[in-house]
Amino acid sequence: MIAILILLAAVTGVVGWWLSRQRLMSKPWLEAGPVTAFPETEASLVHPAKIGLGVFLAVVGALFALMISAYVMRMDYADWQAAPAPRLLWLNTAMLVLASLALQGAVSAAHKAQLDNLRLALLAGALASVAFLAGQLLAWRDFAAEGYFATENPAASFFYLLTAMHGLHIIGGLVALGRVNVRAWQGARSGSLVLSTELCATYWHILLAVWLVLFCVLMGWADNVIDICRGLLT
Amino acid sequence: MVDVTPHGADFIPAAEVAEVELYHPHSWWTRYVFSQDAKVIAIQYAGTALSIGLVALVLSWLMRLKLGFPDTFASISPDMYYQFMTMHGMIMVIYLLTALFLGGFGNYLIPLMVGARDMVFPYVNMLSYWIYLLAVLVLVGGFFAPGGPTGAGWTLYPPQAITSGTPGGQDWGIILMLVSLILFIIGFTMGGLNYVVTVLQGRTRGMTLMRLPLTVWGIFTATVMALLAFPALFVACVMMLFDRVIGSSFFMPAIVEMGATPLPHDGGSPIMFQHLFWFFGHPEVYIVALPAFGIVSDLISTHARKNIFGYRMMVWAIISIGALSFVVWAHHMYVSGMHPYFGFFFATTTLIIAIPTAIKVYNWVLTLWRGDIHLTIPMLFALSFIVTFVNGGLTGLFLGNVVVDVPLSDTMFVVAHFHMVMGVAPIMVVFGAIYHWYPKITGRMLNEAMGRFHFWVTFIGTYMIFFPMHYIGLVGVPRRYPELGDTAFVPPSVHTLNEFITVAALIVGFAQMVFLFNLLWSIRHGRPAGDNPWRATTLEWQTAGTPPPHGNFGKELPVVYRWAYDYSVPGAPEDFIAQNDPRPLTQGGPA
Repeated sequence: MIAILILLAAVTGVVGWWLSRQRLMSKPWLEAGPVTAFPETEASLVHPAKIGLGVFLAVVGALFALMISAYVMRMDYADWQAAPAPRLLWLNTAMLVLASLALQGAVSAAHKAQLDNLRLALLAGALASVAFLAGQLLAWRDFAAEGYFATENPAASFFYLLTAMHGLHIIGGLVALGRVNVRAWQGARSGSLVLSTELCATYWHILLAVWLVLFCVLMGWADNVIDICRGLLT
Repeated sequence: MVDVTPHGADFIPAAEVAEVELYHPHSWWTRYVFSQDAKVIAIQYAGTALSIGLVALVLSWLMRLKLGFPDTFASISPDMYYQFMTMHGMIMVIYLLTALFLGGFGNYLIPLMVGARDMVFPYVNMLSYWIYLLAVLVLVGGFFAPGGPTGAGWTLYPPQAITSGTPGGQDWGIILMLVSLILFIIGFTMGGLNYVVTVLQGRTRGMTLMRLPLTVWGIFTATVMALLAFPALFVACVMMLFDRVIGSSFFMPAIVEMGATPLPHDGGSPIMFQHLFWFFGHPEVYIVALPAFGIVSDLISTHARKNIFGYRMMVWAIISIGALSFVVWAHHMYVSGMHPYFGFFFATTTLIIAIPTAIKVYNWVLTLWRGDIHLTIPMLFALSFIVTFVNGGLTGLFLGNVVVDVPLSDTMFVVAHFHMVMGVAPIMVVFGAIYHWYPKITGRMLNEAMGRFHFWVTFIGTYMIFFPMHYIGLVGVPRRYPELGDTAFVPPSVHTLNEFITVAALIVGFAQMVFLFNLLWSIRHGRPAGDNPWRATTLEWQTAGTPPPHGNFGKELPVVYRWAYDYSVPGAPEDFIAQNDPRPLTQGGPA
């Protein structure tokens, strides 16, 4: 349960920082009258959709942290046999980085109101993500060709589980990104398009970060880090 | 025009959400069935949860009949007993309590109490309910599947959950259960995002966080916890589904079934499932308890006409209970074998949680102290909650210690403990809350006589059920056994007690039928309630009409000037001051 505890510590940090700014020490029974702060609810000035996405990404983070926790717990058993990850993952990682960069480009194009660049960047982001998914499928085929089926050994089972979960989240994101693409080509109101593009970009950045962590874990580079954490806990 | 926007802000909360910006339904279907109005969704959630809860209630009767009169009910086989037990537990914990507190009360009360017209993402909110309904239908489908529902116990421990000796293990039962849980979690996440963001960003002017009623604090914190804890159950369900359907070995060790058939699995870890399950399972206790804490605080304050004692402390306690409950999960696993230091760690964290919990109990009692206590039905239920919760909580302190837990873990003592603390106590709050807010939801009061009958039979009856059960557990009667037979260490008095408990359970069940009849009868025949029958301060009682119309507050949203607990303020003309009452209040009352 190391990974989830690390994630929880991070979430606790964010929540604690936020709570520390919420005047939890105030005495509401003495403070009747209008609120003079801005805004009058003392709420943050971030768009609700962005906060909603942030909370959702915390949930996604917990999901992957828990799967990694289980993976790490299983690795600790004496009979663990690692499965070599397919080399194709390198190319796929590059594709996902490209998608993330393209969407970041889309955000800056949207801020500068350059509709042509925005359309191009959104399309590039979507295509790179599709390429990533296709690459993942090919990686599965390679992996199976080497004799690692989902039932072969726990390491192989985890490989399929982790990549499938991540792929499903990309597919879900592509549904949203597809809709943003359509609206960009139809020429939607610029205000809503900026927000949607920003939301897509954030989602992709986080999923890229999740993928990079998964990549490290699957390639076995994280073993040292895991050992250190385990040493700290025991 | 001068731009007054602070630099970097991309969202300014509208001072006023105009009626036109709301989603408006255009047909009967979108108004009452596929509705995006949180109030309608809340009633749908509550109706579905209570219906499936009724199924779980009937299952508990069948189990009690088997335990009390094993010879008369020989037709209830051990397999059926396990199936009833599994479905009863899962339905009560997840599909009834979680769905009712968060989906039901959360949807109804959050927008009204924070002064919003609706949730921030109404469409996602609607989807949340329909996926929940689908999850319930898949769960019920287990009863009609070949082989019946799963009988793996509500904790679904592998490897037995998917072996052929367990009912539903190699049939459809376990698959339907896992799929249903996965759907529930997806649906809940959609709703949960709404509850959190609405509390954060949907509040009306003047409604700072420290002016929120404790009900909202409880539901809000519980939702945050649920969002972080349910993924653990999700992961566990997906992995077990893989094991069962495609034959992977996440949780399944090499195993020879019935001493003869080797199963294809090899190298899985059952303990891993227990960690994942209880990482969800323990926060789940507080996901149910925190909304109950919040609601009970408001009920006590309103019906004792006194401000809540230690509001700040209550908020801090809710937050710290929420945080602590994530580091106690392994106290459910003492008997699975663990390093003694781990046991020590988890016993310590478990006992530490008693501190903020005790603070809350003292604050409730101090709120009652010299209050103008009205023994209304909601108040009776709130008081019975405190008693029951303290009772169940104290046995929790016993069980939190490794040395006490190990001998008691597999006995009826544990059954008595968690039914007291997690079954009866929260359900008392559910009842109290329904009696309290029913007048707002329907515009009519529930029938008083039926209500008092319901309360006294339920309160005394549940004690007659679960109090003797502690003693049965202490003499060592194991749980999970459909009948005891002629066992040497079980004295005859246990059999008599078991019969007594069964009769008590049937009587309590009958009282719930009276309650359900009351719910339906009072919609038409109840006494008209008016807008604010309890003379309460919070915003849901200050709406444009009763029941509140679409958009909740008419043309203008209320502006909040004070906290939610201005009861019996010295010098004030009435014994309560509504949160949106603009009259300035000096130290001695409104000037």
